[in-house]
Amino acid sequence: MSITASSSESTTITATMIKKIAKLFNSLSHQLLMPIVGILVFLIFWTATAQNIDTSLGKFPNPANVFQQFSSLYQEHVDERVKAEAFYERQEIRNSDRLAKDPNYPVKVRQYTGKETILDQIVTSLITVACGFITAAIIAIPLGIVLGLSKPINNALNPIIQIFKPVSPLAWLPLVTMVVSAVYVSPEPMIAKSFLNSMITVTLCCLWPMVINTSVGVVTMDQDLVNVSRVLRLPALKHVQKIVIPASIPMIFTGMRLSLGIAWMVLIAAEMLAQSPGLGKFVWDEFQNGSSESLSRIMAAVIIIGFIGFLLDRGMLQLQRFFSWDKSVILR
Amino acid sequence: MSNIILDISKIDMQFPTPDGPFTALKDVSLKIEEGEFVSLIGHSGCGKSTVLNIVAGLYQATLGGVALEGKEVNEPGPERAVVFQNHSLLPWLTAYQNVELAVDQVFSHANGNYKSKEETKEWIEYNLKLVHMDHAMHKRPDEISGGMKQRVGIARALAMQPKVLLMDEPFGALDALTRAHMQDSLMEIQNELNNTVIMITHDVDEAVLLSDRIVMMTNGPAATIGEILDINLERPRERLALASDIEYNRLRSEVLRFLYEKQRKVDHITKEEKISTKTSASVDGKVENNEAA
Repeated sequence: MSITASSSESTTITATMIKKIAKLFNSLSHQLLMPIVGILVFLIFWTATAQNIDTSLGKFPNPANVFQQFSSLYQEHVDERVKAEAFYERQEIRNSDRLAKDPNYPVKVRQYTGKETILDQIVTSLITVACGFITAAIIAIPLGIVLGLSKPINNALNPIIQIFKPVSPLAWLPLVTMVVSAVYVSPEPMIAKSFLNSMITVTLCCLWPMVINTSVGVVTMDQDLVNVSRVLRLPALKHVQKIVIPASIPMIFTGMRLSLGIAWMVLIAAEMLAQSPGLGKFVWDEFQNGSSESLSRIMAAVIIIGFIGFLLDRGMLQLQRFFSWDKSVILR
Repeated sequence: MSNIILDISKIDMQFPTPDGPFTALKDVSLKIEEGEFVSLIGHSGCGKSTVLNIVAGLYQATLGGVALEGKEVNEPGPERAVVFQNHSLLPWLTAYQNVELAVDQVFSHANGNYKSKEETKEWIEYNLKLVHMDHAMHKRPDEISGGMKQRVGIARALAMQPKVLLMDEPFGALDALTRAHMQDSLMEIQNELNNTVIMITHDVDEAVLLSDRIVMMTNGPAATIGEILDINLERPRERLALASDIEYNRLRSEVLRFLYEKQRKVDHITKEEKISTKTSASVDGKVENNEAA
């Protein structure tokens, strides 16, 4: 009895296992197979088209060229690091030699001033975009809440917001540059002016979606919740903290996601124009360089820019999933 | 009458509209005793909710006023806690936290009724137990059913220790079985706490079962109190026993008669008027069409 029971049990277990595997395979084929097919088709299309585009810098790079560039860009980064290390080593030896000869010698340590590699540029870009975005959020979210709560203030500021919202970063940049160089005068600047220029431009461009979405989130808040707050006689600050902000969190995050996307796009343009270090400058330098490899290097940068933008968006989505109470909203 | 806690006197309510002011309520007066359970019943749009919102302080009456224990009411406050029709729980807080927000606000040093952390916790749990929600205290509104949400809404209101509990069609959005459960729970709570309650309802059975008095409102515009019916059924009341009770059925048919005979007439005429104007309009339209043709 027990043997038959266990054997029938094991058959049902294997049956369910098979079913599970089939299910997994099914979902895998949907989640993995189709994207892979899509990417393959795209690569074939790209290769075929690239062959037929002749530029003054040679043929348009195909996927293979670009892939090669990834490894050579990485190799350049490694070489540069080795050079830097060698520089510091030499410097240390030199300094210790001089100290041995003359104990009163004032030791000077100089920074290595080699070429910035693509990884350095990525880090610089990420720092710039983070600073610009956070500055914008600090201004935009409270402003959006005020606009959502007060109809008169909203009526007063709405035209200004609507006019500044569609302005391109390239229009802001010259103004920002001039203002920064006029206002930010210090003999030993802590922060590079070019960094400030691109950061402020990013801030100016990603302010508006956050302001608008936050204020819409506050305005469309359920009136019943406001009534609850009134019945409880919550003081104004507590009303904002306990009711208004949580109620509009989903919309605030929608605005933040939009803004971060804009910030990343704006940043590249700003860096190109402002000549401030970052991925935009990398693209511009390669363009100016005009070597036979330039186009494939730029294309590699394009892919990196896209990939980082995608990761930033996903990261924001994860934050939203974590913080937002409204799990019913389909996040994609 | 003794111990009048709430005095609604000669309330008029007008809402501004583009076509001039619309009179929703006209000359509504009602005195409510302490510990009394009063139902407001009437057809949709007759201004029941407006009366409740004025008592709650969410609306301001155009004329007349409301006095709670002799003091005029002109803003909302926790001593007139409201149970909203759509529960109105904060969706990002658990049942416990929803009640906690109210308790923290109502009991404080400033109000002279400060509760320690321990006392606060006990008081929140006591109220959730009253509404039989102690098993799901730490669930969020989207994780519990509509009836359970409304239970938490009631617990939140009770936890404010209101002088008058205002309920705006509290069970209107629930299915019939859940509603019956909720009515039983409410009677049980009333037995224990003997609150003063004003409840708005559409449901005749609910009104007769729960109330000490039923206030029946005429149809709007310019709605007012039509009749007041005293319900002298003994408590505790038992739904099944009452079903065959002669007095219960008499009271029930009294309310039905008011709603569907006395008040229907007015409704009927206005509807007929509307229909007749519509038909005449459509006839005109046809005539015009014919002319155009």
